[in-house]
Amino acid sequence: MSAESLVSQMKFGLDAPICLTWELTYACNLQCIHCLSSSGQRDSRELSTAEAKRVLDELRDLQVFYINIGGGEPMIRRDFFEIVEYSIANQIGVKFSTNGAFIDRPKSQQLASMDYLDIQLSIDGVDAATNDAVRGEGSYAMARRAMDNLAEAGFGPFKISVVVTRHNVDQLDGFKAIADSYGAQLRVTRLRPSGRGADSWHDLHPTNAQQMQIYQWLLANGENVLTGDSFFHLNALGAPLPGLNMCGAGRVVCLIDPIGDVYACPFVIHDQFKAGSVRDEGGFAKVWKQSELFLSLREPESAGACSSCGSYDACQGGCMAAKFFTGLPLDGPDPECVIGNAESQLLKVPAGIAPKPAMDHSKPVTISRRKPASV
Amino acid sequence: MNVAPAPGLDEALARRLELHPQVALRPEPFGALAYHYGNRRLIFLRHKDVVRLVEALGSHDSLGSALSACGIAASRWPSFVTALQSLETSEVIRER
Repeated sequence: MSAESLVSQMKFGLDAPICLTWELTYACNLQCIHCLSSSGQRDSRELSTAEAKRVLDELRDLQVFYINIGGGEPMIRRDFFEIVEYSIANQIGVKFSTNGAFIDRPKSQQLASMDYLDIQLSIDGVDAATNDAVRGEGSYAMARRAMDNLAEAGFGPFKISVVVTRHNVDQLDGFKAIADSYGAQLRVTRLRPSGRGADSWHDLHPTNAQQMQIYQWLLANGENVLTGDSFFHLNALGAPLPGLNMCGAGRVVCLIDPIGDVYACPFVIHDQFKAGSVRDEGGFAKVWKQSELFLSLREPESAGACSSCGSYDACQGGCMAAKFFTGLPLDGPDPECVIGNAESQLLKVPAGIAPKPAMDHSKPVTISRRKPASV
Repeated sequence: MNVAPAPGLDEALARRLELHPQVALRPEPFGALAYHYGNRRLIFLRHKDVVRLVEALGSHDSLGSALSACGIAASRWPSFVTALQSLETSEVIRER
C-alpha cells in the first residue's frame, strides 16, 4: 500500500485514535495570549481521579498507544503523578506539555525515574522579551529553570515546544540551538486562532513572507524537528513537508477536555465540534466509534471553493480550526492559504461573526493597577 | 519463468525472529499499527498477512516455518523477507 493510499485509508478513521490530547485541567498559573483552551481558572466539573482512571482503562482496552496530556497546566492537579503513573502502568505512554512552573529539582528526579514518559516544555521566544510578551512575565526564566533541572536530573531528551508566531520566526535557528544545548528535541507547531488565540491571531500569525520562511526552514530542518504534522497548509508551496499530510480531527486524533467532553481536535473547543462526553453511557469508545460528528468527519470531504485550485491535493484545504475561528467556510481556503486564495474571502467576513470558543476559563482581568491612585 | 532465489534467502529463512517485546500491535482495517514504546515510533504494517506473520514469528523455530504455518505461498517469501528486513530496521521485530 502506498503512502498515499494509506492516507486515504486513515481518512476513513481508525478503530481508535493513534494518540489523543487530554487537557487535564483548565487551571493555569499563566495566561498565554494564544492559549488554545482559554485556560486560567479550574472548572468545578473537572473529572475526578476515579473518573480519569476509568477513562484510562478504556484507552488501554482500545490500545491507544500514548496520550498527550496538557491543560491548563497539568501539574497543577494534585493527582497529576497518580494519573500519569496509572496510565504508564496500563501501557499507555504519556507525553505531557507544561510551562515548567512545578518542575523543581525533586520533581525532576521523580520524572527522570519514570519510563515511557515524555515532557514537552513550552517557550515562544529565545529570549525573555519575545517569550514573555506572549506567555507572561517571568515565564521564560521559569521554563529555562525547568529545563536546567531536567537536564541536571538526567531526564534525557525532553522536548521543547514552540508555537511559531510573527515575532519568533526569525528565531527558529535559535530555538534549535537551545534544544541542541540540552540534547533536547525541538517541536514547532502552527499558531491557531483558537481560544484566546482568536484575539491575538492578527498580531501573532506569521505574514505571507514568513510562511515561505517557515516552509524553507522546515524543508531544511524537518527531519530533526517535530511539527505534529501541523504545517501541511504550507505544502502548496512545493515539495511536501515530512509527515502526514492531512487533518486528523476525529479520524486519528481527538481531544478530551478537563470536564470529559470530547472534541474533534485540541483546536476546536466549540459546540459544533463536540462529539460527546466520556461521562456519557458507553464512554469514550462509543463517542469515538459512533458519534455523528466523528462519523461525518470520516466521510470524503468536498474541496468546495478550493476545487478549482491545483494545489488542493497538496494542502488539503488546510486547517479546519483555523478556518472556523476566522469565520471562513470549512470547505474553502485556510486563512493562511499560501496561494493567497483566502484574502478576498477574509475581507468578506463581517466583523464579529467569527464563532467564539465554547468556554472561557480565563482569569478575570486585574484592573486594580489601572485605577486612579486617588481614593 | 522461475525466479532465482535472492542471494541469502536460505539464510534469511533460517533466522529465528520475534516481535520486539517493546512493541504493541493494534489491528486496523488496513493491517495494523505498531507502536514502539522504546523509541516511540509509530510504524504501519500495511498488509494483513504481514501482521499474521509478525505475530507468529515468536512461536516458530525459523522464519521459513512461520511462513509455512501462516499458509503464505513460497513464491511470495522473498517479498516477505524484504518486508521483514525493514521491520527489523525499525525495531518492530528482532532476532531471538
